[in-house]
Amino acid sequence: MSWIGRSIRRFEDRALLLGRGRFTADGANGAAAVRFARSAVARGRLRSIAKPDGALIFTAADLADVKPIRPLLHRPDYVPIAQPVLAAGRVNYVGEAFAVVVAPDAATAEDVAESIEAEIDADDAVVDVDAALAPDAPKVHDAGTSNVIVEGRLRTPGVDAAFQRAAKVVTVDIRSRRQSAMPLEPRGGHALWDAASGRVTLTCSVQMPHMLRTGLADALGLPEADLRVIAPDVGGGFGQKMQLFPEYVVLVWLARRLRKAVAWVEDRHENFLAAAHARDQHYTVRAAFDADARLLAIDADIRCNVGAYSCYPTTCGVEPLMAMAELPGPYDFREYAVLARGVATNTCMMAPYRGVSRPVLTFTLERLMDTAAKHFDLDPVEIRRRNLIRKFPYTSAAGLVYDEGSYVQTLEAAAKAIDVPAFRREQARLREQRRYVGIGFSSFSERSGYGSRAFAARKMDIVPGYETVELAIDPSGYVVARIGASPHGQGLRTTLAQIIADGIGLPPERIRIVHGDTDQTPYGWGTFASRSLVISGGACKLAAAALGKRIAEIAGSMLEAGAADIELVDGNARVKGTDKAIDIARIARVAYQQSNRIEGGPGLRESATYDPDGTFSNACHAAIVEVDIATGGVTLRRFIVAEDAGVLINPMIVDGQVHGGVVQGIANALYEEIKYDEHGNLLTTSLADYLPPTLAEVPEIEIHHFETFSDATITKAKGVGEGGAIGAPAAVINAIVDALSPFGIEFFEMPVTPQRIRQRLREANA
Amino acid sequence: MSQPIAFTLRVNGKDYSVRVPARRSLADALRDDCGLTGTHLGCEHGVCGACTVLVDGKPIRSCLVFAVQAKGTEIRTVEGLAQEEKLHPLQQAFWEHHGLQCGFCTPGFLMLAAGVLEAEPNISDEELKHVLSSNLCRCTGYQNILKAVRAAAVEMKKRPK
Repeated sequence: MSWIGRSIRRFEDRALLLGRGRFTADGANGAAAVRFARSAVARGRLRSIAKPDGALIFTAADLADVKPIRPLLHRPDYVPIAQPVLAAGRVNYVGEAFAVVVAPDAATAEDVAESIEAEIDADDAVVDVDAALAPDAPKVHDAGTSNVIVEGRLRTPGVDAAFQRAAKVVTVDIRSRRQSAMPLEPRGGHALWDAASGRVTLTCSVQMPHMLRTGLADALGLPEADLRVIAPDVGGGFGQKMQLFPEYVVLVWLARRLRKAVAWVEDRHENFLAAAHARDQHYTVRAAFDADARLLAIDADIRCNVGAYSCYPTTCGVEPLMAMAELPGPYDFREYAVLARGVATNTCMMAPYRGVSRPVLTFTLERLMDTAAKHFDLDPVEIRRRNLIRKFPYTSAAGLVYDEGSYVQTLEAAAKAIDVPAFRREQARLREQRRYVGIGFSSFSERSGYGSRAFAARKMDIVPGYETVELAIDPSGYVVARIGASPHGQGLRTTLAQIIADGIGLPPERIRIVHGDTDQTPYGWGTFASRSLVISGGACKLAAAALGKRIAEIAGSMLEAGAADIELVDGNARVKGTDKAIDIARIARVAYQQSNRIEGGPGLRESATYDPDGTFSNACHAAIVEVDIATGGVTLRRFIVAEDAGVLINPMIVDGQVHGGVVQGIANALYEEIKYDEHGNLLTTSLADYLPPTLAEVPEIEIHHFETFSDATITKAKGVGEGGAIGAPAAVINAIVDALSPFGIEFFEMPVTPQRIRQRLREANA
Repeated sequence: MSQPIAFTLRVNGKDYSVRVPARRSLADALRDDCGLTGTHLGCEHGVCGACTVLVDGKPIRSCLVFAVQAKGTEIRTVEGLAQEEKLHPLQQAFWEHHGLQCGFCTPGFLMLAAGVLEAEPNISDEELKHVLSSNLCRCTGYQNILKAVRAAAVEMKKRPK
């Protein structure tokens, strides 16, 4: 029986449940404490830093030999920005570190950091993305001619003609406010100097340990051999922990300079100030429809506030260029014009957050669809039905190739689960009681599992994408798989073991997945972008197939049968259709201890690399909300996900990914917003100001699975890590607009907070 | 800085002699002075609940309590939930129902639920949801945490006290 498709319990869980997890801070005891002193000014010249006597403090002058972080895109419209690891000369956002303190314990380090006085000549800051585009706006950096530091354009030949022949042109102006990925474990790391080898081991809460090692080595001018990066248990990442942050460079520098162990454990305040933010975006979209409400063309102007620096390795192009490439979403139209700009401001750097730009572009398209439906007097389901892609492979107006999916089927399934006609009757009945319920749909695609060719097309200098797996069976018949992916909650120790188990006939509990340690694993790209199950899983399948073949060869020679006649099941290699079998553990013993008996050399190990072009998952979300017009409060009454991620390796884990993503999407729609004032002071610096949902705010999430098998991946599994977060905001806000339709109120901004609802209701005199 | 204070913390039935500054939080003392790192810190301002432990049976935020305030109390942390290697019904239920992903918030949710279910085995579902909304989880969307706690509540009622 196949292990793929079974909801087995996770191998990760036992240690975590017993309190025996090993998170970064758990190993920091005994190290000297590190604290960063951070700018309280958003933009200005750093004149002097007054250090208190007797404290161990370093500034940019001490780190003069450290190179700044300067990620590259090989595009003419990209302006490289250098980020010094400690501010030198200028500060560019509130929270930028300008000094680092080392003290015996964290509380003392904090006291010292607060006593450091920086004299900064403050200049006018630029905070808002549109203000930063004004011709007379202050320039954040000297480089380039404006605050636009990356720009992408695309225009198909027939855009103008499509708008000319359009029956209706619909425009939407969409604003997404800034968010934080807000992993529950903030950032942190400890760097240990080893006097014997001269090496430094940095243990840190990151998603991409190998990339971090490369970035650290480059910044510090070291061979990578002198560095070991360990990502132990990581308390969530969601993209925020992908980056090479300056703090990690400083930690390794300190360990080498001081010849001792140093530890930095970020607090939540610091995480809001200086870890990455996301999704501060403004889209203006014009869409041409024919008389049958079929989309002909889109013309989009996309402005992304990328903050003060460019994130490494994806660069500040990650949000605008993804929005440019993927805005066509799940809809079939042929003409597309887009200008996508990344705009520097005096705010914290932007970086990928679950879904990257897709929650915003989906919100844009789905508000567009509902707005157009109203113009055509069509039902929201019907306008989507007319426009969703149906033929595969499908090449989008932006040139992306979509593999087989179930776009129409998932829409129909969500609509059926809701029973739209019954809902409309209920809605009318409740309105008579002055209760306002509404329904919202959101169809979308989730590009996932893409390898190096897709990243190279973005012109990245650092091209992520492939994954390698090194698989070995030891002489006792136990298996170790060393992977370059770096899971942090996704359950890969379980799902990859399920894939390997099917290839070599051993149960998954005999298979240990080793990850997150650059000394122990092959170079890889960590875990992000809904990629690991697809790409590392594909590499596992290839390696397991090769290893299975090798086991069969040895078994064949031992059982005097052809290798092709051997099957691997339940821990045995068996001659098909007979009871002649041999324990795989016995074969392993022979492979290592009696290699003279077998041909092909000793040992049982294989490695494989997988580098696919990518696959598109798809889904339709449907939300039913009730809006309390007195308070502006929104209650979610139902939430339905009809989704298709191809073959589900472990359905329980897939559901968990959907649940978590949907709730982050609900947060995006209703609650979470990072706010700055006009001077660039951060106003949301605690969990009393920034409001992730609790259990009280979330509904039960109903999931309907479709499994479309495409040949885009060798496991036929598609990525599913981001979909929940991509689809949910649009479904929730469309539902709010539907609920408030008697007042003629529409929302094109998120989050739709109670304050925003009440403001609009007051304006409508409701 | 004031002189460190020496006292005993009783955690999971065992005495730990600590010598800490008055300002050290219970969470930091548990982690750094008792070596019990299962209690996690997610916000250090009393909102996320990752640091929840039981003090005299009641769930508290150990980041908001000074270690010295816990002198003379019975403290229970996640390390004390299982009996040797046998998982507590809550731990078992979180495992069966996929109530954790990254696992960082898990100790806090386990201790919150343990405190509540021990005090109120017949808690209503409404009230249970209300209590579980004290803590934050960023991975699971809470769906399976609720399922797990409901399942554990049934198991715990079967257990002899």
